[in-house]
Amino acid sequence: MQWDIVIGLEIHVQLATKTKIFSGSSTAYGAEPNTQASAVDLAMPGTLPVPNEQAFRYAVMFGLAVNADIERRSVFERKNYFYPDLPKGYQTTQLERPIVGPGYVDLDLAGGKTKRVRIHHAHLEEDAGKSLHDTFYDELGHGMTGIDLNRAGTPLIEVVTEPDMTNAEEAVAFAKKLHGIVTSLGICDGDMSQGSMRFDVNISLKPKGSDTLGTRTETKNLNSFRFMEQAIAHEVERQMDILEDGGTIVQETRLYNGDRDESRSMRTKEEANDYRYFPCPDLLPVEIDESFIEEARNSLPELPDARKARFMEHYGLNDYDAGLLAGDSKLAAFFEEAVSHGKDAKLTSNWIQGEFSARLNAEEKSVAESPITGAQLGDLVVRIADNTISSAGAKKVFEALWSGENDNVDAIIDAKGLKQVSDTGALESMVDEVLAGMPDQVAQYQNEEDPKKRKKMLGGFMGPLMKASKGQGNPKLFNEILVKKLGG
Amino acid sequence: MTISRKDIEKVAVLARIRVDEEQVSALEKDLGNILDLVDQLAAADTANVEPLAHPLDAVQRLRADEVTESNQREAFQAIAPATENGLYLVPRVIE
Repeated sequence: MQWDIVIGLEIHVQLATKTKIFSGSSTAYGAEPNTQASAVDLAMPGTLPVPNEQAFRYAVMFGLAVNADIERRSVFERKNYFYPDLPKGYQTTQLERPIVGPGYVDLDLAGGKTKRVRIHHAHLEEDAGKSLHDTFYDELGHGMTGIDLNRAGTPLIEVVTEPDMTNAEEAVAFAKKLHGIVTSLGICDGDMSQGSMRFDVNISLKPKGSDTLGTRTETKNLNSFRFMEQAIAHEVERQMDILEDGGTIVQETRLYNGDRDESRSMRTKEEANDYRYFPCPDLLPVEIDESFIEEARNSLPELPDARKARFMEHYGLNDYDAGLLAGDSKLAAFFEEAVSHGKDAKLTSNWIQGEFSARLNAEEKSVAESPITGAQLGDLVVRIADNTISSAGAKKVFEALWSGENDNVDAIIDAKGLKQVSDTGALESMVDEVLAGMPDQVAQYQNEEDPKKRKKMLGGFMGPLMKASKGQGNPKLFNEILVKKLGG
Repeated sequence: MTISRKDIEKVAVLARIRVDEEQVSALEKDLGNILDLVDQLAAADTANVEPLAHPLDAVQRLRADEVTESNQREAFQAIAPATENGLYLVPRVIE
């Protein structure tokens, strides 16, 4: 049987405010446990929340960036449930009147296709604390859980999409786009490994072409694009197996373990509607006036779509390269710094997407953690473009920059003797010498009719030539001279 | 409007309140009365009335994003039943 996949996302975005949503406690990451948990965050009796204006500003900026309506009057509700990392016994959130109303994001997909994903709404709420299921015991040897409430009260916006995505590729493209938007806005640091963005994926299957939605499951707390993609594939397969065996899907929340590619049920959602939401009596409705919205609108920086258009027009990059570089604000800034030195935009783009990204991925580093600067990469590109070094030499320079061996491109080239010989006369005599030593191969080449095979055979001469030039001959020039000498 | 014994038991579980068998009958009556009052209120025509989010006709004041709280962990943890390494300890939570 053929199935349609229906995917909707809920994304928790931690806002990059200095303080919490309802208290003046710092939100800085990495502090000693509970040193940033004030009386309000601990839900001490007699405390009252006072909302953080910046959280509203950020939420409004987000709403404007996703073409959404801004609710002028938003109300907070209490979502009641018991969990030790939630000291109040309820999460203060928004249900009936979220600050950001319906909006949309347009995705660029492979093959030049585009897709609009509608946003149902986005609301402001507080994060919970963290539970550490380590090895704590009471005096009777009963296992205990450690609670750190530093994160409790950190402002979040929860973005809820319509179920508009039909495969993992679209869901990941949306997630990346959203990541690019919030980091470009500067409202979130986007550091997924520290939980700054967390994705919940709602998935259901229905027979191909059917109008009736199937029962959905929710896979929670995915904190990388890769895990998200894997979790979707895993869950689609799981549901398909059940349905094709004549079973039914249970509406439930599932946890995905990316290291093992396994998922398990967390709780069935029958109690889901039992949060007993009601308007929070501690908080009055928040009114946002036109001037607040206009101010936010005027403070909007360049967003990924506009940046992509500019990269295409200004640097002459193609759609794919521009989209990739413009999608992430830090990568975009790195590219612009590099290209201001390196000039050659296409070559700069290739190096960023090639060697640079590969190294970041291999070492699980973000662009901000890169040991090399955009300016350095730009300087390297200059030396590749003007033929001072070969691409093999460039890799050695890159390596030296990355390891911190030396921070100056030209100094590395000198120290390592990587400067290419581009003196045609010197190269020609090397070619003559090498060809004289390989008469059989020369004859073979000259007897070959197929131009493709001939091209391939040229490679056989390059090794000895590079050896003869101690790796310093300009391969491009060698190639030209070879073709000439061998008679085309 | 009546409230069933089952409803009361369910609400008690959700609120983590222990309700004894003999209390349930009394609660059935009391909560039933309250819900009757709610029914009476619900009968009013509110078609053109904006839902009331708060009894005070006022707007929430917002706070500037500045750190105003200092670390008072020691004072707070002095009244906690169990702490270790700066963490509050609670009976183990298994998901």
